Amino acid sequence: MADLLAIGTRKGLWLARSDDDRRSWTLDGPHLLAQEVAAVAVDVRGSAPRLLAGVQYGHWGPTVTWSDDLGASWSETDEGAIRFPADTGAALARVWQLRPDTAARPGVVWAGCEPHSLWRSEDGGRSFTLVRGLWDHPHRPDWAPGFGGGAVHTVLPHPTGERLVVAMSTGGVYVSEDGGGSWQPRNKGIGAVFLPEPAPEYGQCVHKVAVDAGDPDRLYAQNHFGVYRTDDAGGVWTSIAEGLPADFGFPVVASPTTPGTAWVVPLVADAQRVPPDGRLRVHRTRDAGATWTELGAGLPDATWTAVLRDAVCVDEADPTGVHVGTRDGCVYSSRDEGETFTLVADHLPDVLCVRAARLP
Amino acid sequence: MSVEVVLPGVLADLAGGERRLQVEPAAPTVAGLLDALATRHPVLERRIRDEAGALRRFVNVYVDGDDVRFAAGLATAVPAGAVVQVLPSVAGG
Repeated sequence: MADLLAIGTRKGLWLARSDDDRRSWTLDGPHLLAQEVAAVAVDVRGSAPRLLAGVQYGHWGPTVTWSDDLGASWSETDEGAIRFPADTGAALARVWQLRPDTAARPGVVWAGCEPHSLWRSEDGGRSFTLVRGLWDHPHRPDWAPGFGGGAVHTVLPHPTGERLVVAMSTGGVYVSEDGGGSWQPRNKGIGAVFLPEPAPEYGQCVHKVAVDAGDPDRLYAQNHFGVYRTDDAGGVWTSIAEGLPADFGFPVVASPTTPGTAWVVPLVADAQRVPPDGRLRVHRTRDAGATWTELGAGLPDATWTAVLRDAVCVDEADPTGVHVGTRDGCVYSSRDEGETFTLVADHLPDVLCVRAARLP
Repeated sequence: MSVEVVLPGVLADLAGGERRLQVEPAAPTVAGLLDALATRHPVLERRIRDEAGALRRFVNVYVDGDDVRFAAGLATAVPAGAVVQVLPSVAGG
């Protein structure tokens, strides 16, 4: 049994592997050198693990490519995995998110993309179909690009039911209860500091959303200012930012096994976007956001980097591991729920995304 | 009629390792040339043009040395015997 940590960067993909339960890591790469890898997934539902990468081939455009041999070779279809239908007049700009669905829906992979769009694959990520229910939403003309572009960057399939949650910048949180056919904005309580008050029904810049391990109706959101929780699948959000040194940040991840447990990485903002006091730390809650604990033995002091929205992930080992990538090309791994970190890699290009998986 | 397409080295793998291709355009324009290229080397064509039919932003195409963006874009005429060069723009980082 081995643990794999896929590290997508602005100039390629690296794979870290641990054969001693995440105590030490061996780095392999670069793969896809010179390609921006903004989204990566490790799909372990099939007979062999499949790596999926949302790449931007430099000057030559974006697509999804896959590897069934842990990066030794990569494939893409002639047509391109994600192609906007002709009637949309749109063209894919960037793949922001690749999310394999549950084991009960083998072959289903979701992609969140720029321009704001959601895509569904039924063949393990080789080809995707545009989810028209979201694309045709009457709000779509109002979804504006943030600084990084306008995209669906978070896709959360329900563990058992037909619900889908997406988050976008900007646009906010939208929920479908029918597998993607129809969508409702669910941003009540989430602020939008860049818009006049009161906060609108939609248009927020929600940076990331995570689902609680114990209750699929309980979600955590790291907003563009503000950390929130909902207990009714987005019906109402309440602030859980008290106790954090800053309420800005990009990632939020939740434990896959322990209810009420989640992590954020606060940044001082708006203009600075650096760790408070130059100390990179994660903050963990064990009570669904009522209180937060600063963690991070092994994370650096005197650092002025940032952690992007998909550059933190948790694994499914026991105890849960937390993995953090930084814009200055470092990756830190914790095998004890964020208590202590070890350096997995440094001097990489900007880390855009990390995803962990336990290989069979 | 046939035209010569000259590719940067980074795209040669998508054309069977060749940097110079003789192509019969589907119509006597850059778009017609790319349509023909799409049939022969579909992944290569996707690197040059997006699915909405636009030249990718940081890809430049020259017909006999002239940048098509300063001519008629993808409707620029491609005469028999023309040399059509594909180059990445100066963008990067």
